[in-house]
Amino acid sequence: MTEAAQLQVSDEVAIIIQNMNKWYGSFHVLRDIDLTVNRGERIVICGPSGSGKSTLIRCINALEEHQAGSIEVDGTLLSSDLKNIDKIRSEVGMCFQHFNLFPHLTILENCTLAPIWVRKTPKKEAEETAMHFLAKVKIPEQADKYPGQLSGGQQQRVAIARSLCMRPRIMLFDEPTSALDPEMIKEVLDTMIELAEDGMTMLCVTHEMGFARQVANRVIFMDAGQIVEQNEPEEFFNNPKSDRTKLFLSQILGH
Amino acid sequence: MTDTNVSFVRHEQIPPSPPPARESGVIKWARENLFSNWFNSILTIIALYFIIRLVWGAAPWFLNGVWDAASIRECRDILAAAGKETGACFAVLVDRWDHLLFGFKYPADAYWRPTLAFILLLFAAAPALFYMYVPRRFLLLTAAYPFIAYWLIWGGSLWVPIFVAAAIIATGFVFRIVENMSVSLRTYLAAVVGVAAGIGLAYLLFSGAQELRFIAGSIGGEGLRVIPFALFWAASIFTYIFFIPMGIFVGYTIYQSGEDGGLVTLVTALLAIFVMLAYLLGPVAAGLNFIIPLELSAVPSRDMGGYMLSLILGTVCVSLSIPLGIVLALGRQSRMPLIKGVCVVFIEFVRGVPLITLLFVANVMLAYFMPPQTNFDLILRVIIMITMFSSAYIAEVIRGGLAALPKGQYEAADSLGLNYTQATRLIILPQALKISIPGIVNVAVGLFKDTTLVSVISMFDVVGMIRGPIQQSTDWISIYWEVYGFAAVCFFIVCYGISQYSQWLERQLATDHR
Repeated sequence: MTEAAQLQVSDEVAIIIQNMNKWYGSFHVLRDIDLTVNRGERIVICGPSGSGKSTLIRCINALEEHQAGSIEVDGTLLSSDLKNIDKIRSEVGMCFQHFNLFPHLTILENCTLAPIWVRKTPKKEAEETAMHFLAKVKIPEQADKYPGQLSGGQQQRVAIARSLCMRPRIMLFDEPTSALDPEMIKEVLDTMIELAEDGMTMLCVTHEMGFARQVANRVIFMDAGQIVEQNEPEEFFNNPKSDRTKLFLSQILGH
Repeated sequence: MTDTNVSFVRHEQIPPSPPPARESGVIKWARENLFSNWFNSILTIIALYFIIRLVWGAAPWFLNGVWDAASIRECRDILAAAGKETGACFAVLVDRWDHLLFGFKYPADAYWRPTLAFILLLFAAAPALFYMYVPRRFLLLTAAYPFIAYWLIWGGSLWVPIFVAAAIIATGFVFRIVENMSVSLRTYLAAVVGVAAGIGLAYLLFSGAQELRFIAGSIGGEGLRVIPFALFWAASIFTYIFFIPMGIFVGYTIYQSGEDGGLVTLVTALLAIFVMLAYLLGPVAAGLNFIIPLELSAVPSRDMGGYMLSLILGTVCVSLSIPLGIVLALGRQSRMPLIKGVCVVFIEFVRGVPLITLLFVANVMLAYFMPPQTNFDLILRVIIMITMFSSAYIAEVIRGGLAALPKGQYEAADSLGLNYTQATRLIILPQALKISIPGIVNVAVGLFKDTTLVSVISMFDVVGMIRGPIQQSTDWISIYWEVYGFAAVCFFIVCYGISQYSQWLERQLATDHR
């Protein structure tokens, strides 16, 4: 029994993606994506580069727009209406491969900015929340430094804390450890595991298969803009069904 | 082979000793920077030779300078009497000091007013320039300064600037109120404001057509008149037919946007300030002045001059063209084709035209396009032109800064749910402007020096004063070095100050620790 199975997944639906298609010009990036995510689910999306996995999760908070099909997040339908987009974005946290912290603001200001301006939280309260989450990612002592003074792993943990300060109901991770040194990967993954244990709904694009085994309750394999295979992690890794998945797993786990 | 013992243990520390004389102090510096190799040594010696020649030649001119004389002839007589071959005639600076600073027509008993305005400028600029050390509430002083300075320099009734300031504040309140209105209330307002704005726009077109007729009338040749008259009739007929439909159309467009509120709010605020300034300013200010007269003797714009005029133009144009440049740069990146198009055309047109052309337009041409009775202040016209000119350059500098930001910054701001205004103000602009500081300062310094170009449209700034009233007076005819040297020093002090400030600011804002 993996640890993942012990964590609760509710029946409540968090994200429904139906028949979603996206093109870059005439290039068909995402083809007929259907995906339902329940609250509390932890989904790892993997696949070769260019398979559209990043694009998929960036469509969920409308960093990329889709041209056909529908995306519903927390009961809000994603449309071209800017109000809906801002509403969804404030409910959905996102961490990027290159952290994208704001270099002109201190760590604390990075964390309090969105709560103060988007949620209209009083400054003092926002700072308390920020310190709480900075303590959670184990770097409260760096609060007054600037992002440029921190290591990559620390910066990524700040980025996670920054998202958490908005109290999101869903977290998206876009290759959060790909730009990190091996010894820093662990500290970021530990933070993410803790987050999963708290019951956060997570969609994570990553190649950390150990993380997938330990935390995910579903692994999705994408290739050429389509979902090729999805399954529970044990089954996915030990008994892949499609040839494409087998090839991918043999390459990624082979060394 | 000798038998040696390699084992060694040190028992005491060698005390530190001073470095050899040639490795410290002035000698080290000179060795490293002036005489590091034979080629540099030769260059140093040649340079020294020229520096000495220069100082040797110029020093007597400075040292023999005459500070007390009424004319250039008297000055030369004094030098000849003292048996000196060469000497500067600084007496011109003493004699024409007031003219160089304030122009030759500014009333002498009012010199204290621009002087006070200048001193206040230092205090008013500090909260904005050194915002990290001065409490935010002092920015109120900065905001109030333009009105105080206008009153001090131009004089007239204090109630005029007070009313304008009050109108701006009132517009802010209107903006707030409309923003917080319920949707249904705002929809009613949108209908009313929309029709008003529509009719206003149509009226503007209508009076524009009338001016075409005026221009047509003022053109000499019979044949040439045909075109403007044809345009006049076309425009008149167009506005007659579309006067009311246009009002309804514009009204409907604004009404449609009532739900969202952005456009309604903006148009209402603009209408409010327009009505206040166009219809209320005159009577209200006159009435208040009648009850409580707060008046300084009025000085018309054509009496402004000297370094004061350069400083007025420089300060006003720099402080206006930076915000305008930001708006243009953001507009050029806009996804809305209309806004983008307007900004691109504006920037490309203004950058493609020499400043001096724009100044001539301000001086001569604008008067042709105005209805005959309007008296549009010359300094205001020049300020508009210089501001337009430099804001186009600043827009391009800031566009460079915007382009230098990684895409991830936009995405991170978006993903946190910040809207466009918040993302731009809190994330994008602070970083883009920081990158753009050297470029902006470059434009600002250039602009300040370019204000001397107004001397060619018969305004008497410091260069205009020198070229006109000073060099052409019988007393100081053909005096060059002293007066132009003075102008150079005046401009150098300010430009060097701006440059030093910008470098200091860049150091203050360096948070990337690269």
